[in-house]
Amino acid sequence: MRGYRTILVERVDLGQGTTGRFHGLLHSGGRYVVSDERSATECAEESAIVKRIAAEAVEDTGGLFVTTPADDPGYADRFLAGCLKTGVPVQEIPAAEALRREPRLNPGISRAFEVQDGAVDAWKLLWGNARSAEEHGARILSYHWVTEVIREGDRVLGVMARDNRAQEMVRIEAAFVINAGGVWAGEIADMADCPGVTVVPGKGIMIAMNHRLVRTVVNRCEHPGDGDILVPIRTVCVIGTTDVKADSPDDYSIDRAEVQQMLDAGEVIVPGFRQARALHAWTGARPLFKDERAGEGGEDTRHMSRGLALVDHLRRDGVSGFLTITGGKLTTYRLMAETVVDAMVEQMGDARPCTTADEPLPGSEDGRHYWLGSRLAAQEEAMADDQLVCECELLPRRKLIEAARRRPGMTLDDVRRALRLGMGPCQGGFCTYRATGILHGLGDAETERADELLLTFLQHRWLGLEPILYGDQMRQACLDDWIFQGTLDVEHLPVAVPA
Amino acid sequence: MTHQLHELMRDSLDHCVKCTICETYCPVAAATPLFPGPKYVGPQAERYRGGDANADASLDYCSSCGICTQVCPQGVKIAEINSQAKAELAQERGVSLRDRLIARPTLAGWMGAPVWPVANWTTSFGPFRLLLEKVLRIHRKAPMPRWAGRTFQSRTRARRRAPNPSAPQRQVVFFHGCAANFYEPGTGAMAVQVLEHNGLEVIIPKQGCCGLPLQSNGQYDAARAYVRRLAAQLAPYARAGHDIVATSTSCGLMLKREAHEILGVDDDDLKVVSERMFDICEYLVMLDERGELNRDMQPVDMEVPYHAPCQQRGHGVGTPAMELMALVPGLRASQVDAVCCGVAGTYGLKAEKYDIAMEVGRSLFDQVRASGAPLSVCDSETCRWQIAAATDRPSVHPVEMLHRAYGLG
Repeated sequence: MRGYRTILVERVDLGQGTTGRFHGLLHSGGRYVVSDERSATECAEESAIVKRIAAEAVEDTGGLFVTTPADDPGYADRFLAGCLKTGVPVQEIPAAEALRREPRLNPGISRAFEVQDGAVDAWKLLWGNARSAEEHGARILSYHWVTEVIREGDRVLGVMARDNRAQEMVRIEAAFVINAGGVWAGEIADMADCPGVTVVPGKGIMIAMNHRLVRTVVNRCEHPGDGDILVPIRTVCVIGTTDVKADSPDDYSIDRAEVQQMLDAGEVIVPGFRQARALHAWTGARPLFKDERAGEGGEDTRHMSRGLALVDHLRRDGVSGFLTITGGKLTTYRLMAETVVDAMVEQMGDARPCTTADEPLPGSEDGRHYWLGSRLAAQEEAMADDQLVCECELLPRRKLIEAARRRPGMTLDDVRRALRLGMGPCQGGFCTYRATGILHGLGDAETERADELLLTFLQHRWLGLEPILYGDQMRQACLDDWIFQGTLDVEHLPVAVPA
Repeated sequence: MTHQLHELMRDSLDHCVKCTICETYCPVAAATPLFPGPKYVGPQAERYRGGDANADASLDYCSSCGICTQVCPQGVKIAEINSQAKAELAQERGVSLRDRLIARPTLAGWMGAPVWPVANWTTSFGPFRLLLEKVLRIHRKAPMPRWAGRTFQSRTRARRRAPNPSAPQRQVVFFHGCAANFYEPGTGAMAVQVLEHNGLEVIIPKQGCCGLPLQSNGQYDAARAYVRRLAAQLAPYARAGHDIVATSTSCGLMLKREAHEILGVDDDDLKVVSERMFDICEYLVMLDERGELNRDMQPVDMEVPYHAPCQQRGHGVGTPAMELMALVPGLRASQVDAVCCGVAGTYGLKAEKYDIAMEVGRSLFDQVRASGAPLSVCDSETCRWQIAAATDRPSVHPVEMLHRAYGLG
């Protein structure tokens, strides 16, 4: 938007990392008013902006902070004072009113506060940003893995990246390189010989429940802890999350004990939570910045700041043409971009102002927020003459075909991120083979590739299913298994099962 | 409570594994592309509801026959979810005058009864029906019952006795419903005679409408008021230990189960009434099981097709009508292989749904016609009117066959 020619290099698909792996909460800031005041203010300001510029990706659910019987009753007053101090809009409402709005809430809540939380669809937000960038002339290279940061003396000149689809190396020369690698930002800084940028992966698990148990975001009014947020997003609600220091940002394993911990936590907010159907579990890694040179100690990731971190490598390492931005939260993504680009233009001596807070993303121009029934309403129009590929997510065949034509060579996970294929109750049980067949029929995937797409997708779905196999989802998994193993015999397809 | 029950029904959507069995049984989805099917509008679409607005008007094509819930192997309360959603849709979008009128059978009943010859003439007078279709959107060919003049209530005033706790066993209460009251007093009278023939004394208390048509037209508040009033009328008898017997299988089901499970009515009157409520065929089979049914029957040499209506299936008591008819010498009853006649109470009366209803019932009608029998048998009044109109031969309640066998007619 400031008129530069830009290239975005992404190692896999957009949103495959941290951005697409969170609970969907657009923070009002309330969560941080006591423990992390700067983050609270940033969230309050930025969530208002995101609601405006990315209306289409946001559902204005509103939020509640409630003091459950398990919480310290003294925290509520500190919370209220913190909100006033940090500028987070808040209003106390009677507990009975909160229960009227959210009848499933723990009836033992003693206090309730209304805040301006929202639910944000990370992928929709991403596609909006990507489209906007492309409309301003940017190029986006997904599945490009940066292997080297090219340096000449004290200047960074560009990067080398491996195109993992075409299997070739790409050299990108640029007047400026911004490292926004999130949890991987430290690795990239290392490539530029700027060591000590440590980004600790603060791993958290989340579990999506089959339908909305609450209509508004519900937070426990307590110091930020594990499993104290329940977010209604699209058709599900998500309980989250834990916070454990991971050894690697690529560690997506899900600990059984953490699953149990989340379900117990759900019970505190909504009694009966364990009887509800869990759909899928996943983990994401927060980028928690720790500058070794600033010497901030401690391994407890829960208490590390969620604030964004700009690393000026000119000042720090004497390297020009290179900046790192990390830390932060999805809610403050825009502010992170503004901050780093401001620093870039300053270094370049080219003061062009930022307009990202004012210009709506494509699709959000009318300022209309996402609403729960929107896909149902769209399907109502198309019903008679279009097949549903994914019934749970109401994805019609036409949409899949359009997407496949637009972006040839997609994996089913790419389709999932773009169109939500396989994200509903049956977790790909009925749509996986339909979608594979359609892509094959379009000529987008030859037989062997189609087989591989199918198997990979099933395997990826399984990663998030296996940790929560109980109750209703277990029955679903059995039926799906009969379909895939019994009827389709997928384990004997003539391709190797991907590792 | 209402809300809790709604949540409980909604929660049952978690059991759906998308097996699609409900969709293969749904008679409406098979008849029209306008209805996307019970799985779609039920457990699937329900996940998209609860926001600010309801999005799927196609839901309105559900006829509320309830077969989906009956066939679901996973225990999803599909029909109940749909019914709730329909009520919300009605609340949001408003209820048409037509739907307000046809959902209140007592209104039409009382309007027509005193002037019944004129009323019957108008409802069978083509130009008037055309006007009715134009103005109210009630299909000109939709089957309409004929007013019988004096109501069943007024004919049986002598039986309006107080509850009698000392002899409850021999005294049963007859819940006749609106149909027998205004249109088919003959069926009511036969039921009374059959019960008496089995040594039972029949009490017919003052009673109103159960509210079922209001419920199936999404007017829950009014439906609750109706069923509460009726339950209050019948409760003293139930408390005295009298069993209550219904010829209207759907209205009986309303008191037995649906008012609680769909409308969320949870008062003591309803509870005690529901525990004493029996479909008349169910009741007679129970008598037979206790050896108390009069088996002295004359032969009725006849082959008859029998249709177990959706609401009768909702009782979950098998097909007692078939068991009773099997007791009648010479009577060869065979159950029609069809799930629904299409009318579903008031659904088939609506101009935009009449053709769907006829398509739903087509196989049933074909089988009745092909049987060559002079009449067909069915437990539910609106289904009988639909089947009779579509097959050009009378359709009667199963008690009528017993009535014949007992030589009472």
